[in-house]
Amino acid sequence: MTSGALSQMNNAHKDYEGAKLGMWLFLFTELLLFGGLFLLYSVYLRRYQVQFHAASQELDVVMGTTNTIVLITSSWFVAMGVAALKRGEIARAKGLTLATIAFALVFLVIKYFEWGAKFHHGLFPGGAELATREQGQMVYFALYFAMTGLHGVHVVVGMGVLGLAWWLMHSGHSTGKDYVFLENTGLYWHLVDLIWIYLFPLFYLIT
Amino acid sequence: MAHNAQGEHHSPSYGLLTGIWLGLLWLTGFTVWAASIDLGFLNIVAAMAIATTKASLVVLIFMHLKYENWMLKGFVLMTFAILAIFIGFTFFDTVYR
Repeated sequence: MTSGALSQMNNAHKDYEGAKLGMWLFLFTELLLFGGLFLLYSVYLRRYQVQFHAASQELDVVMGTTNTIVLITSSWFVAMGVAALKRGEIARAKGLTLATIAFALVFLVIKYFEWGAKFHHGLFPGGAELATREQGQMVYFALYFAMTGLHGVHVVVGMGVLGLAWWLMHSGHSTGKDYVFLENTGLYWHLVDLIWIYLFPLFYLIT
Repeated sequence: MAHNAQGEHHSPSYGLLTGIWLGLLWLTGFTVWAASIDLGFLNIVAAMAIATTKASLVVLIFMHLKYENWMLKGFVLMTFAILAIFIGFTFFDTVYR
């Protein structure tokens, strides 16, 4: 089962707890990064409550809800993938990782159409239509593009890291005994989901 | 609590993960429905309460925090507490200034 190279690797120093703790520490910095933007949102929501509500009517709730379902499902896929890898079911773990990447792509495609429609109607910072709107609506769309944009960058990065996790399983580097890379990738992917869980009601559903 | 073959690290079962997924989908529908009724200021409170319930399910089960040691649990709790302090205090400062 184990090739020479693999047993060599298993003998190398591995710190499972340390690797996972390191990932969580990185996630804390991510939370504080987004936290700054959520702070801005809360202060401006209070200041421009009526304009925020008016601006949020421009967003497509069906598309937003669909994307929420897509991201939650991808989060479930990667959690199942980690569980599969820990059980040594490599083929299933690889399939679930690919499914996670596919759903991440679906999320980005839907986001592309949403952003495209806003740009088409001039509803972007510096856009002709938005320039005619009230101050509060400008702030809303500035925050919308900054926060969903930063979140979108994380989705793109997540797809790359998930791809690497797939390759590590494919090449036999990640196994049922050495699964921390996929587990940490999963943690990152769940954080991306976690942030969207708050972005969705704040931008699509505020009244 | 499920034990895997190694018995060393706890891992939730496929069934539990699927149940959490269904719960998250249900809560997504619930938050969309709750936004459609006019509760005034309570709308944002309800939306954030539902989002926090969803976030707790993701952190505890999908991210395995429920099965981690007390040190990591403490770190995560402390991070969220710091986040709540810096968002909450700044928010109230601007509201009552």
